[in-house]
Amino acid sequence: MLQEAWTSWLWPLLLMVLQSALVLVLLLVFIAFYLLADRKIWAAVQLRRGPNVVGPFGLFQSFADLLKFVLKEPVIPSGANKGVFLLAPLVTAVLALAAWAVIPFQEGWVIADINVGVLYIFAISSLGVYGIIMGGWSSNSKYPFLGALRSAAQMVSYEVSLGFVIISVLLIVGSLNLSDIVRAQDTPYGALGWYWLPLFPMFVIFFISALAETNRPPFDLPEAESELVAGFAVEYSSTPYLLFMLGEYVAIMGMCSLTAILFMGGWLSPIPFAPFTWVPGVIWFLLKVSLVFFMIAMVKAFVPRYRYDQLMRLGWKVFLPISLAMVVITAAVLHFTGWGA
Amino acid sequence: MAEAELRNFTINFGPQHPAAHGVLRLVLELDGEIVERVDPHIGLLHRGTEKLLEYKTYLQGLPYFDRLDYCSPMSMEHAWVLAIEKLVGVDVPRRGQLIRTLMGELTRIMSHLLNVTTFAMDVGALTPPLWGFEEREKLMVFYERTSGARMHAAYFRPGGVHQDLPNELIDDIYDWCDPFLQTVQDLEDLLTGNRIFKQRNADIGVVSLEDAWKWGFSGVMVRGSGAAWDLRRAQPYELYSEMEFDIPVGKHGDCYDRYLVRMEEMIQSARIMKQCCDKLRSADGGGPVSSWNNKVVPPKRGEMKRSMEALIHHFKLYTEGFKVPEGEVYAAIEAPKGEFGVYLVSDGTNRPYRAKIRAPGFAHLAAMDFLNRGHMLADVSAILGSLDIVFGEVDR
Repeated sequence: MLQEAWTSWLWPLLLMVLQSALVLVLLLVFIAFYLLADRKIWAAVQLRRGPNVVGPFGLFQSFADLLKFVLKEPVIPSGANKGVFLLAPLVTAVLALAAWAVIPFQEGWVIADINVGVLYIFAISSLGVYGIIMGGWSSNSKYPFLGALRSAAQMVSYEVSLGFVIISVLLIVGSLNLSDIVRAQDTPYGALGWYWLPLFPMFVIFFISALAETNRPPFDLPEAESELVAGFAVEYSSTPYLLFMLGEYVAIMGMCSLTAILFMGGWLSPIPFAPFTWVPGVIWFLLKVSLVFFMIAMVKAFVPRYRYDQLMRLGWKVFLPISLAMVVITAAVLHFTGWGA
Repeated sequence: MAEAELRNFTINFGPQHPAAHGVLRLVLELDGEIVERVDPHIGLLHRGTEKLLEYKTYLQGLPYFDRLDYCSPMSMEHAWVLAIEKLVGVDVPRRGQLIRTLMGELTRIMSHLLNVTTFAMDVGALTPPLWGFEEREKLMVFYERTSGARMHAAYFRPGGVHQDLPNELIDDIYDWCDPFLQTVQDLEDLLTGNRIFKQRNADIGVVSLEDAWKWGFSGVMVRGSGAAWDLRRAQPYELYSEMEFDIPVGKHGDCYDRYLVRMEEMIQSARIMKQCCDKLRSADGGGPVSSWNNKVVPPKRGEMKRSMEALIHHFKLYTEGFKVPEGEVYAAIEAPKGEFGVYLVSDGTNRPYRAKIRAPGFAHLAAMDFLNRGHMLADVSAILGSLDIVFGEVDR
């Protein structure tokens, strides 16, 4: 009885917890350095040095920041709804982290290899907006309130086109499993066989929608500095603020890896022959994620911010029709040529 | 149940807002994101400059002008010394005028660089300020080499300027001009053609020329609306009549046109600066930098060691100051932000009876309400940025 419980329940559970803990720790460490990279890239564009004091080349800056945030006193405004106010950053951070359960880092390296991986990610990232809405609303303050309203509208709009982009990928692959999506891109043509090429317009839309989905410039309206001061985060300080920040960057990394998986062949080598295929897949995956992240960081450095109505127009009047049309075109091509089946 | 009462969302934009350009407080009435009413509250930087001037000698009043529009200090001094010179009737030697013209244009670039780049920041582009400040820093070093101070120079004096420029400095300023055009080009590459930047600024905050005149606008605010009105051309002071430069004019009077006008004005200013440097280095650009009239201009140090009369002049000038004949005068210059004027009434003593400062920013700020009505919240900071407001001069 006990033996059976051990083999069928406890041992897999323990394994899963250990795997999750490992991914979590590695993820947070990587986030710390990606955050630094973000600041360094930004600084380089602006002819600055960026953080360079803590540790060699400022490598430990993120850890110093973490310490600073954790040790500060959290200020909760007296008018705020305390429970919701503290729950909001938790929601953001936990949901952003939860998405990583289905991300395959290499063949077989995935915590939960479920067949509805894409749907899961989609559900999780849609929920992410609740953290921001709750935070903005429970602050009981005017700027955060406006920020929350903006983010609600923004995330919903871009979720739609993001969904259609993913659907066109799914049409080709015929599976919702993220590992299957990567395997489907394993062709003799290497990087040219990945989906970014045949689905190039969708790739661009996905990248831009990912920026909007994660509140990155030029779509950082919920926290627009020159309009809303810090948007939904105005009243937040110390650890709750840290959790918002963390959630944001985890979500960004999530979008980067999703881009890598859907369009850039996940863990596959770009050059499909000998010396390159010896490199472990996780390295390729990391490089691809870094490439997408670099693009995201560069965008931040040189774009102004969209206005609210322009953001809506872009989402509903440009991206939605294009992605909808592309879904139809993809489906038609697949149907009449029989490639997908 | 009683019908719910609907009222607009009122928010306080500033004075601690990052886009409030100092200490502006705007009370905004919003209908969703649409701005229904803008009520600018000013006075948070009021220091009573005009009243203070009445209790200072004319020379002691001068540094107060540095602190008006602190983004273009020497231009502010310029209006003050011009007003005094008109009343006293003292002439400025050619080299002094050349230096004033040179520094005036250098100041214009300083001010425009600050405005254009922070304006870009107001619409969300965070990189231009750092690119622009790189050049602005060099200009401040020129300020320091000229006057000893990076900002509050107190360099223009009634009758000329305080001290001569060393030749190396003139060379360095000349050498700075051409590379600077590359920086302007870089900024243009980043902003002018940028789709988002255009979308954010074109047709935003439109000022018709008629409105511009009615509201007492000047400077870029009228030039952006299509009138080639520039005091440097319309009533040339110093040596602007000798200089070759173009006056850029906008067509639509929107934020984007005002941005373009400022960018072009920087290029034109660099052009004037080069001409000034050439003239300063030529034969007729030599000579004294301030008037020989020791009743207004203090004597040179060395002279004081030899001449009793010079010593007396020095003592009188730095204790009592100089007396200005009775009368009133208005002197205006084309400051980077528009027509900056000083209306000076003298009762014949060593202190002004009344000094009224006409700050361009004050008139421009008054337009915030009609410029913003019907626009969105994000446009408020864009429009505010394009007005080029500095609170030192608005609040005085």
